[in-house]
Amino acid sequence: MDLQTLWFAAVAVLWTGFLLLEGFDFGVAALLPVLGRRTADRHLMLRTIGPVWDGNEVWLITAAGAVFAAFPGWYATWLPALYLPFVLVLLGLIVRAVAFEWRHSSHDPRWDATWTRVITGGSLVAAAGVGAALGATTLGLPVDGDGTRVGGAFAGLGWSSLLGAAAVVGFSLVHGALFLALKTDGPVRLRARAFALRWSPVAALPLLAWAGLVQLRSGTAVTAVLWLVAALAVVVTWTRVRLDREGQAFAGWATVLLASAAALFGSAFPVVVPSTIDPAFDVTIAQASVSDYTLTVMTWVAAVGLPVVLAYQAWTYWVFRRRLTAEPSHDDAAQVAA
Amino acid sequence: MDVLDIARWQFGITTVYHFLMVPLTIGLGILVAVMHTMWVRSGKPEWLRMTRFWGRVYLVNFVLGVATGLVQEFQFGLAWSEYSRFVGDVFGSLLAMEALLAFFLESTFLGLWIFGWGRIPKKLHLAALWAAVVGSIVSAYFIIAANSWMQHPVGVTVGDDGRPLQVDFLAVLTNNTALAAFSHAIVAALVVAGALLVGVGLYQLRRRTLAQRPTTDVDSAVWRRSVRLGGFVSLAAFVLVAVTGDWQGKLMYQQQPLKMSSAEALCETEAPAPFSVFAWGKLGSNECDDVHSYTVPGLLSFLAHSDFSTAVPGVDDLQEEYSEVYGATYPDDPSFGDRAGQAIDYTPVLAVTYWSFRLMIGMGAVSAGVAAYALWSTRRGRVPTSRIGVYGSLLAVGAPFVANATGWIFTEMGRQPFVVYPNPDVPVGEQVYYFTAQAVSPGITAAEVWTSLVSLGLLYGALAVVELFLLVRLVRGGVTTGDTTPTPPAVGGSRRDDGSDDDDPRPGDDRSDDDVLSFAY
Repeated sequence: MDLQTLWFAAVAVLWTGFLLLEGFDFGVAALLPVLGRRTADRHLMLRTIGPVWDGNEVWLITAAGAVFAAFPGWYATWLPALYLPFVLVLLGLIVRAVAFEWRHSSHDPRWDATWTRVITGGSLVAAAGVGAALGATTLGLPVDGDGTRVGGAFAGLGWSSLLGAAAVVGFSLVHGALFLALKTDGPVRLRARAFALRWSPVAALPLLAWAGLVQLRSGTAVTAVLWLVAALAVVVTWTRVRLDREGQAFAGWATVLLASAAALFGSAFPVVVPSTIDPAFDVTIAQASVSDYTLTVMTWVAAVGLPVVLAYQAWTYWVFRRRLTAEPSHDDAAQVAA
Repeated sequence: MDVLDIARWQFGITTVYHFLMVPLTIGLGILVAVMHTMWVRSGKPEWLRMTRFWGRVYLVNFVLGVATGLVQEFQFGLAWSEYSRFVGDVFGSLLAMEALLAFFLESTFLGLWIFGWGRIPKKLHLAALWAAVVGSIVSAYFIIAANSWMQHPVGVTVGDDGRPLQVDFLAVLTNNTALAAFSHAIVAALVVAGALLVGVGLYQLRRRTLAQRPTTDVDSAVWRRSVRLGGFVSLAAFVLVAVTGDWQGKLMYQQQPLKMSSAEALCETEAPAPFSVFAWGKLGSNECDDVHSYTVPGLLSFLAHSDFSTAVPGVDDLQEEYSEVYGATYPDDPSFGDRAGQAIDYTPVLAVTYWSFRLMIGMGAVSAGVAAYALWSTRRGRVPTSRIGVYGSLLAVGAPFVANATGWIFTEMGRQPFVVYPNPDVPVGEQVYYFTAQAVSPGITAAEVWTSLVSLGLLYGALAVVELFLLVRLVRGGVTTGDTTPTPPAVGGSRRDDGSDDDDPRPGDDRSDDDVLSFAY
């Protein structure tokens, strides 16, 4: 395998890792108003992702950084073509990050409620924006031979970005619910399980449709098998939730993402930005990549650095592996009394 | 304004804003880690309270730094795609390495530190904080190495398509421009943190005195130690800021002479060259001849070359020299947009370079003065009562922030009109350089860049208000009851040293969560 292919795979792994990890904290945040009926429930939900959301977000930064580092031609075509969705993603991520830390700075319930809503809104916007950007990219952007977008600010957006947004939001919602079912006890766990049971088949549809479309365009036999694995994993997830096997259900849903992402990236290879104007303008890894010297340097750095990162991130999850339960808070006691 | 101008404003505003958080994060991170270490080693309650109070201040600020740092990575691609294409072989890899080697470390272990109180062994918990702090320092190194490569591109040759091709990664990492800028930035970060400790500590000490609270209890020790630690760190760091600044300045005279000459508004080449103390006249017109200044003879020669007589080239002579080498007009190429064929002004905006350079030095000196005052006024158990001294010190917390911001404005504005500055150590024909006018994304519309400039600007403004409100409230609140618990109760005997514990939740655990939550979440 040459270095460009290796780095295409590395970029695919990083984006998938980001969706897999930040996916559940996006989902937990988005489900706050749905599954968190009492203040204590919402706090419990936030505590499940408190220690890890920031580390998860670095996967996005590394994924984008790896695209810049290995395929600047991809980076330089992709980001300006989707200028507005990316700005939306940034706005969402900024407000969500500060809200995580700042909401606990006051005991005023209104302050808390406001920032909790900001977390939900910011997470939804960021998840939808990332999905829109990825969807539009894999299904084609209106770029000319110089890699420049033609047609104005909204030319890159269309049904493909809606599909991508629905896929990432849908995946994240169920992923978050399954994570909550795994990490909490009490009513939140039950509600999360019920949510996953009801919505997992629906939420998987846009993701499977997206991977399927790219498969139809440029897939291979291997990616077709991967797509089938993803579809099968939806069924497995659903039956595992039904049997209250939360760990297996979570693993099943993770497989849905892993297999469909592998099918998506595998089908797209070696094109990184297909052009909707003319297939001759497609940006491929060969055109977009840096020199072999730079790729070699980065391969060494990643070969040393990535296992270390994976080890300590895994260890953090181990440290905070306990199931959490909500303590009754004062306002809940007041509600019960009323 | 055209796309280029709006994009430059957008980059400038978001970068300077981000850089208000960064020095405090780095400097305060180091100091909180020192406090935490002192507590683990000595077990004295004042160190625990200091760790928790300053730790909260650190976290409130940290998160805004992280959030605004996201924008930094993406805007290279968003508004500066041609820049990204041009420098791709070098620049992107430094950002990717920052994320992989530093940013993961910082975020993961900070989460562990925040939620790890009482849940992991004490020393491991301390190590988590140090890991996060090391992460933020390494992160600064990669970013500064990337920036320094734009200022002084090394380790590359010109490829067939005119773009730089990396040939020596170690040269990029050990760029002398990067080493000087990094050491300068890190010690400047310590000045920021020191000034905060001094200002807040003096304010709290005086408040206790006015309220006739005892001066011998643990809270008093918290604020006294904060002032002393902050004062020493700030003063020592200021000396290092001067040393590293001098090093950086000498490099700039070799590498970017126009930046330094315009910082001095030195029009003609002079030997010996005088140092300008104060300038007046039409600095804003960028016409060097309309500028007059009070000067110290020979000092500029000394600063640039370590002797009092060597010639320092002036702005007008350099402008002529650059026009000859790099062209008097932008090439007639569509990639230069409206600027194609127009005259190139190699002189940076004089008013900006001249005054930002002076503000940087002046505000740094203010911090040193305040630190000296704080150490003097708290010597041998004394408590300062001077209203002016104490409130002045509190106000002076802002001075090193201004110094840091103006330092970056000077560095970045001073290299215009280049985004990648030609390296004078390389023969002219083999130099890598790139004009800012070429760097902007070709396909984007002014409306798009306006949208991001306005939305990010408004959001940043609102977040600044909330952050200041939170910090002021934290500072006024002082040490709270949450800080006084020696250690959260959940450290049970069943815990093994490898960090694992048994799977049965113990009765005390919920309370431990409460305590963690009162700390950060």
